[in-house]
Amino acid sequence: MAVKTELKLKTEPFVLNIGPVHPSTHGVFRMRATLDGEVLIDLEPVFGYLHRGIEKLAEGRTYTQVIPLTDRLDYLASMSNNLAYVMAVEKLAGITVPERAEYLRVIMAELQRIASHLIAVGAFLNDCGAFMTPILYMIREREKILDLLEMVSGQRLTYNYMRVGGVSQDIPGEFLPALRKFVQRMPSYIDEYDQLLAENEILLARSKGVGILPKDMAINASASGPVLRASGVKWDIRKADPYSVYDRFQFDIPTGSVGDCYDRYRVRVQEMRQSVRIIKQVMEGLPEGEVKAEVAHFLRLPVGETYAHIESPRGELGFYLVSDNSIAPYRLHIRAPSLINLTALRDMTLGWKVADVIIIFGSIDINMGEVDR
Amino acid sequence: MQSRFFGLGIAKGMALTLKHLFRRPITTQYPEERLSTSRRIRGNELIWNQVKCTGCATCAKSCPQGAIEIVTLRGEENKYIVEKFGVDSGYCIFCGLCVEACPYDALYLSYDYELARYRRRELVKDKEALLASPSKRVSGYYQPEIEQTLPRQTLLLDREKEERE
Repeated sequence: MAVKTELKLKTEPFVLNIGPVHPSTHGVFRMRATLDGEVLIDLEPVFGYLHRGIEKLAEGRTYTQVIPLTDRLDYLASMSNNLAYVMAVEKLAGITVPERAEYLRVIMAELQRIASHLIAVGAFLNDCGAFMTPILYMIREREKILDLLEMVSGQRLTYNYMRVGGVSQDIPGEFLPALRKFVQRMPSYIDEYDQLLAENEILLARSKGVGILPKDMAINASASGPVLRASGVKWDIRKADPYSVYDRFQFDIPTGSVGDCYDRYRVRVQEMRQSVRIIKQVMEGLPEGEVKAEVAHFLRLPVGETYAHIESPRGELGFYLVSDNSIAPYRLHIRAPSLINLTALRDMTLGWKVADVIIIFGSIDINMGEVDR
Repeated sequence: MQSRFFGLGIAKGMALTLKHLFRRPITTQYPEERLSTSRRIRGNELIWNQVKCTGCATCAKSCPQGAIEIVTLRGEENKYIVEKFGVDSGYCIFCGLCVEACPYDALYLSYDYELARYRRRELVKDKEALLASPSKRVSGYYQPEIEQTLPRQTLLLDREKEERE
């Protein structure tokens, strides 16, 4: 008679370093993952590899010279960074921006949101294993947006377009017809993504119910942007604390229900549709006039401090500015949404397998230029 | 969103990719084929107009990188003579703030791109190297009159087939 013996295997936790240079880490980011078999039992994010000291560099530059620095924070959404920074300076200096400049700013910020979400969704699907096909469809549309932004600013990535008191130059004559063409076509491109992906069984199996971030935990972690909205919280700075001229336009805040990776993906796709809707309204109401208020070349701000925040593609982007009446900021602090969304990573990934950790991380959509600044 | 039959979603996606298999490519073979860039492109090094320049050094003060070097002498009738004017293109971040700041329109950005050089020292440009010449085209950045004369930017939107409207 055979004796049944129970095989007792002793397992030891295994530490796996994912990154700092790894295709799934979206930059130079390291995850120290402690594994039990294939299941994650602990995760420690290690960052700082891309630290350039932008906050300190800003203290040695005039208020205008800081604008090119903000381009290099979140390099996928330079226009949004420009906007948040100049809003902080304008708030402290008490400068009113011409109407046309405000409208142009909204156009640029929304175009930038679409471009950034395209990369976010494409990179997320890349992490899911849909290697290169979806991201190339999305890069094609992003290229069209970059063409438009290049037309107004002269550069494809670091636009340096916003100025204190307005924008640097008025749009060229061929911009609005091209933008109209883009806005007409963009919904059909988004339909194309939906046809390609929304019902794809592999994507559903990989992302539905994976990496759930509950509502209360998302709020406690101070998450913002699509990560927070996917958890079912209707919080968008454009509605909650309207800045620029956002209170004049009609748009919805798409929210998720569960807070899993699939919801975060859907929220981003729906936000692109809303951005197209906003741009359409802005184009209709675009007034004529000046695009830049008269501002001294070496601006001196009154002594004081201020905080201005916008809804960047990744969440609440805020600039905290302290002035001591010199030509340079006394202190500039940046509330980077990527960094704060990243703090929820450990809670989201615990108990999941290594392959899921990669897509959970991809679904947060971080940008290392902003995390490390 | 969940389809009734497993695999229907994948089949739909495949149908889309199949449709794209039969359209013309939108890529171009770069060094041989060139598309027109933006008229406001901030390319290559600066172009300097010696006649218009008064030596006020506003460009050097506005540069966030400190890449512009300017040394002036006091000349006749309270005018400045620009003795030294140089740009280290290796430090330049092509933000265009110097062109914006110039009160006399004496500084332009270049319409050409491709700045790669074999030696670091070739990036440091002195007064003679920065002067305008027929081989250098001036960008329309902050120069609305020049902007109108440059070729129209090629857009991917225009190159794509007009089937979607």
